Amino acid sequence: MLALQILIDGFAISTLYALGALGFTLIFGVSGVLNLAHGGLLVVAAMIAWYVGTSLGHGAYWGALAGLGAAIVASLLTYGGVVRPIERSRAIPPRERELFVLTATLLWGVMIQEALAYAFTNSPVTVKPLIAGTINILGVRTPINELLIAIIAWAVMGCLWLLVNRTKIGKRLLAASINPRALTLLGFELGTIYLVVWLIYGVLAGIAGVLLGSFLGTGSDYIPDLTGSAFTIVVLGGLGSVSGTLMAAYVVGYIETLTAYLISPSLRDVPALILLIIVLYVRPQGLLGRR
Amino acid sequence: MRTISLRRALPLIIILLALAALPLGANGYILGVLTTAFYFAVFAMSWDLLFGYAGEVNFGPTFLIGLGAYGAGMANALLHAPVPLAILIGAIVAVAGGVALAIPALRLSGPYLGLITLVAVLLLQQAIVIFAGVTGGEIGLSVPDVLSIDSGPNYEYALAFMIISGLVLSIVARSSLGMILQAAGQDKIAAAALGFNATKHKIMAFAISALFSGLAGALLVFYLGTASVSAVVDVSIGVRVIIAAVLGGRRTIIGGAIGAIFLIVAGELLRPIGQLSTFVVALIALIVIVILPDGLLGLLPSRRGA
Repeated sequence: MLALQILIDGFAISTLYALGALGFTLIFGVSGVLNLAHGGLLVVAAMIAWYVGTSLGHGAYWGALAGLGAAIVASLLTYGGVVRPIERSRAIPPRERELFVLTATLLWGVMIQEALAYAFTNSPVTVKPLIAGTINILGVRTPINELLIAIIAWAVMGCLWLLVNRTKIGKRLLAASINPRALTLLGFELGTIYLVVWLIYGVLAGIAGVLLGSFLGTGSDYIPDLTGSAFTIVVLGGLGSVSGTLMAAYVVGYIETLTAYLISPSLRDVPALILLIIVLYVRPQGLLGRR
Repeated sequence: MRTISLRRALPLIIILLALAALPLGANGYILGVLTTAFYFAVFAMSWDLLFGYAGEVNFGPTFLIGLGAYGAGMANALLHAPVPLAILIGAIVAVAGGVALAIPALRLSGPYLGLITLVAVLLLQQAIVIFAGVTGGEIGLSVPDVLSIDSGPNYEYALAFMIISGLVLSIVARSSLGMILQAAGQDKIAAAALGFNATKHKIMAFAISALFSGLAGALLVFYLGTASVSAVVDVSIGVRVIIAAVLGGRRTIIGGAIGAIFLIVAGELLRPIGQLSTFVVALIALIVIVILPDGLLGLLPSRRGA
């Protein structure tokens, strides 16, 4: 019984982790940006969904939609207001651009956190689930929301796969991740491609944020932890590798669930962190990373 | 090797003398704010040695600070070590931590090392909570002894410590060690081909950075009278250290001090606007980083083109 419970809970949380980290890895893969405001985008989506859905009382669906829209706006703001000015700046030497993007997005994350705490609340809130109620799977009472989350997350990931592998836009994204200069030489505007990536990123973060908010709750104080989890999963899987990210998300999700159920909920982060250190010592490029 | 010309050092000396004379006229509140800012300045300067010169992305300055702080705090509270000995123990623990952190730095770089250093902080935080019996856990560990109960002497200790640390770190950064670190950071293979042992120098850089971080952490504990996760270990403290160093001007050592004092004083001045003060400070820092990548020090005409 406990085993099944761990299997189901672990599956839901792992799928969410995968979806949450996917945008992070996508942005890094295509444009080389590690967005340390990532948790901020997830929480923006969840907080707006909670505000519109619960506080204003427009219901779960309008809330989710508003949250998604907010994440897209926040993502484009991150690109246009923070990342692009640094990439275009002549005063910043290219060798140090990475650190400037890291520092600037970190600051941006702090700003999002403070703005949300000021505008709404800094105490944790829970987004209304799209479908309430529970069902019984082989004797384990499971919220329908948990199943719905897993289904939506997998559907979104499937769509992303189709987009990247089966459409022209996707091929351009792929090309931008492999050799941006060659793509520019072929006459494609790199700026447009980056804009598209940040748009997709906003959608992914929005969906992940709303779902996370309905499963684990949300709050402005969650932002650093969420960024940290996404960073951990993405590095564990190998920076820029989508399949690596998926694998790492399930490894981390199940390790955390096992620890929480079998050892102690207060220790749930520890084994995954230790695993990360071991993996980075033995295989610095992560599980499936390219060097 | 660059020499520090008197003309450039003179304004600095005047400012430092004015700061040293401040307890004659200022009240305890202002002194308290500046005391914290001075310890923060040392955190930022130590970080700058690692990032600015060695090019190591260290997201976990509070790992070293926290080891120094808790090492000293526990030595004083549990072993009843007198304050100077406790500070020494804290510094030794921090240096050991710094060398331990240098080992992954030899293999990893960029975001990977950044993550390892971040994870080190998270594990330290967890360890403090798990071993709450000896560390005080989430509430914090109060130490029986303090440096001084008066704000004046506390202020002068912090100022003196900041000046000495700044001097030593500047000398280290301008010495052959700093040069070799910069060379190895830019091109490891070329530096090795010239016969420099980058490994040895990197470990040295981590050890020196850890020494000053640890000392500052330990002194801060004996100023505050308590060691707590939220004061010396939390990731948000580390973020502020990094922001301070980049804001003041990286690869300058002294820039870290300027950035740290600016951040803390700005945070205090903005206190009346309440919750939004952190937002405004972050916004100012973001604007400075995007518009003036050389930081506040980059505004000085003498550094232009340097």
